[in-house]
Amino acid sequence: MMRHWLTPALWLLVLVAGCLGLPALEPWLQPLVDGRQAVIYPRDSFVTLLLNHLQLVAISAAAATLVALGGGIAVTRPWGRDFLPMASQLASIGQTVPPVAVLALAVPVMGFGDGPTFVALALYGLLPILRNTLAGLQGIDPAVREAATGMGMSSSQVLLRVELPLAGRVILAGIRTSVTINIATAAIGSTIGAQTLGDPVIAGLVNGNTAYVLQGAVLIGLLAVTVDSLFEALEQQWLKRTPGLSG
Amino acid sequence: MIELTNVSRRFGEVTAVDRISLTVETGETCVLVGSSGCGKSTTLRMINRLLPHSAGDIRVDGQDIREVDLQQLRLNMGYAIQGTGLFPHWTVARNIALVPQLQGWERARVEARVTELLDMLGLSPAEYADKYPAQLSGGQAQRVGVARALAADPNILLMDEPFGALDAITRENLQNEMLRIQRRLRKTTVFVTHDIDEALRLADRIAVMDQGRILQHDTPDAILRQPASAFVESLVGSQDRGLKLAALQSVAEVMQRHPQPRQAVPEKVSVGAQDSLRQALSVMLWQQLSELPVVDDQGLELGVLTRERLWRETA
Repeated sequence: MMRHWLTPALWLLVLVAGCLGLPALEPWLQPLVDGRQAVIYPRDSFVTLLLNHLQLVAISAAAATLVALGGGIAVTRPWGRDFLPMASQLASIGQTVPPVAVLALAVPVMGFGDGPTFVALALYGLLPILRNTLAGLQGIDPAVREAATGMGMSSSQVLLRVELPLAGRVILAGIRTSVTINIATAAIGSTIGAQTLGDPVIAGLVNGNTAYVLQGAVLIGLLAVTVDSLFEALEQQWLKRTPGLSG
Repeated sequence: MIELTNVSRRFGEVTAVDRISLTVETGETCVLVGSSGCGKSTTLRMINRLLPHSAGDIRVDGQDIREVDLQQLRLNMGYAIQGTGLFPHWTVARNIALVPQLQGWERARVEARVTELLDMLGLSPAEYADKYPAQLSGGQAQRVGVARALAADPNILLMDEPFGALDAITRENLQNEMLRIQRRLRKTTVFVTHDIDEALRLADRIAVMDQGRILQHDTPDAILRQPASAFVESLVGSQDRGLKLAALQSVAEVMQRHPQPRQAVPEKVSVGAQDSLRQALSVMLWQQLSELPVVDDQGLELGVLTRERLWRETA
């Protein structure tokens, strides 16, 4: 029955298996490195790196969603409409700044570590969500909003029962984009001292150890695919609950 | 009863509605008609305060609308608009139940009411209650829109070009439906349209608007017979005014009634008692007849309509 949850479950299984099982692949990875180097990334376990990576992305995504959703709703209310052009511009300009630049800018302000990475991720992740919140809310047929108001719904009833359910799918797609981008960006956070799955990649690049790079890259890729398919399943679930929108 | 006294609405420098006064009696259908931008929709939207009025007084059943709680005011007025504004993520039944639910009706009462309204508008509850708006045709969606407006049995009905986007045949069906419902429910109705034929058909009284003012407020018959200005005359059309007048009256009103209804002769060309004089005239022209038998739904001949009589009545 819940067939759309099957794919993310399978990917999650592969991801966990990868984290726990990579060390067992040592003999096969041996040819990638010269004799004196270690084959498996030794400093932290992959599980620790994965959990820290996830935590960083999850907290920053939660913060970004709260701020972007709140902001998007605010600028589409009658009292906040003056700021709508500014918010739309910000959302589109923000997309042209590469994530690495955001990380680099965070360092002089906050130093190294998880902190600046978190701030950079939250700021960067805000923009796709804001853009989609605006698109979702503005894409609602004006007649629907007029009817809702004209029939006597209060403004909060219109927002919660009509606007958000109708815009929800587009907003969810924005969160999906934001999180997927930030899984990759968080890995680059390793360059400024965050502890993530990017660590083996950076260490491998610095020391010329291709096996490290491969281990990090494979796990980051698996994580991105798992989370993305999770969102896909969420969207399917959303569609199932609101069949009127699928046409 | 709805009373507008010297009501104006300005948008910045532009005056959209200019000191209009209009009274809609209880149970009456008042149609605001005019070309786009004449202020008819603005006038309608001031009555449920979707737009606040800039000057003047609007009273509903004697009470100044600015003194009534905004939500309460709107919950007591049915509202139907062009393009329906049905919520696409809700079923037909839930859409119709909107206002009763906002008013806190019990579940069973809401369900009974939804069924009753779907029946009244000719949509089988079993088939349509659980459909979504996207699965309906334009005419069906608009029926649901009207049902939603009627749901909580409001005293007042506001309709903003509800049938404007429909094809001619569907529109005529819905107008008939509207007349039938109105004969039964007698809601105080303000109906906005740009279609003079729709106005003549549905209105007890018509208010012709142009450039934010009311040019004439009168019965359809009087608007046709004595247009107050050149604009009104051009709106009702000088050429086919006779036909429009004929369309206002039913055959039953002017026929010569037999003392006793008799069995109608089958196969013979006839008109229905509820048909308009316009339809009767058309049949006479087409069939080259000088008189027509008038029959009712049961196939009884009630009387005859002669050409002379028709001539006299539409003069």
